Amino acid sequence: MTEKLYYEDVDVGDELTTMVKQPTSRQLVMWASVSGDYNPIHYDKDFAQSRDLPGIVVHGQLVGCFLGQMVTDWAGEQGRLKQLTLTYRRMIFPNEPLACKGIVTKKYIEGDQHFVTCNLWAENAKGEKTVTGTVVVILPSSGL
Amino acid sequence: MVDDGLSIEELKGKIGVEGPPLVYEIEKGMIRRFAQTVGDLNPLWQNDEYGAESGFGNIIAPPTFVLILGFDQIICQLTQNPSQTVLHGSTELDCYQPIRPRDIITVTAKIAGVRQRESKIGRMAFVTFNIIYKNQRQEMVAKCRQMAIIR
Repeated sequence: MTEKLYYEDVDVGDELTTMVKQPTSRQLVMWASVSGDYNPIHYDKDFAQSRDLPGIVVHGQLVGCFLGQMVTDWAGEQGRLKQLTLTYRRMIFPNEPLACKGIVTKKYIEGDQHFVTCNLWAENAKGEKTVTGTVVVILPSSGL
Repeated sequence: MVDDGLSIEELKGKIGVEGPPLVYEIEKGMIRRFAQTVGDLNPLWQNDEYGAESGFGNIIAPPTFVLILGFDQIICQLTQNPSQTVLHGSTELDCYQPIRPRDIITVTAKIAGVRQRESKIGRMAFVTFNIIYKNQRQEMVAKCRQMAIIR
């Protein structure tokens, strides 16, 4: 786990620590089992090709969970993920590296709670944003 | 399980109708399997001793864990129809409290809307589900809006 992150440590424009993932077809099978998403486009190449896809594709929500992992790693145990939005924009193929990235866009205080919002995205090897999203986290305040 | 996928017209007829509640007893093994699948090795999701010493007093599930609860039952209303290709469009998740081992989570979902559009590759439909997750104390632990694209 990272050091404790306080609201006061964060500035708009800060980047979250990039996390690189490379989902394998094995991982897609595991995800199908864990999530119950047995849509064959994720494990059956012939089926995927019959649907005009080049091959099997990665579950968007698995990549969404990668982005969630990046956020909880960054925010630490005292941080609370309040809201996560994800948009699945492009097909993602297994065995291709995906760089999960984020940047702080806003910070504000409401009542006694300290909020930070970030933009998130998972970038493929061509630099294209495949899954994009936003997150709202509540961070502890150092009181400084 | 729904045996046959529903047509767009049938889906439209179900707008606003709440599906049967789906009940999940959360166990550590489920959380561990989820974390290992994602490749998220944070000890707070898996290590009992670490969890016991954390502010939570036990391991908890990662915030995205809730997304898998009931997802199969909800989405299979769409994917069982062999003439349709279903893609995931978007997810909007609001988290209110962490899920813990031994929680009993009840998931209720309803179709919030069905929108159709002609596109270059033919007719597409956008189906939005609203999903609510409550624990054994009837407290809302999360809510989610999922959008699927059918073409």
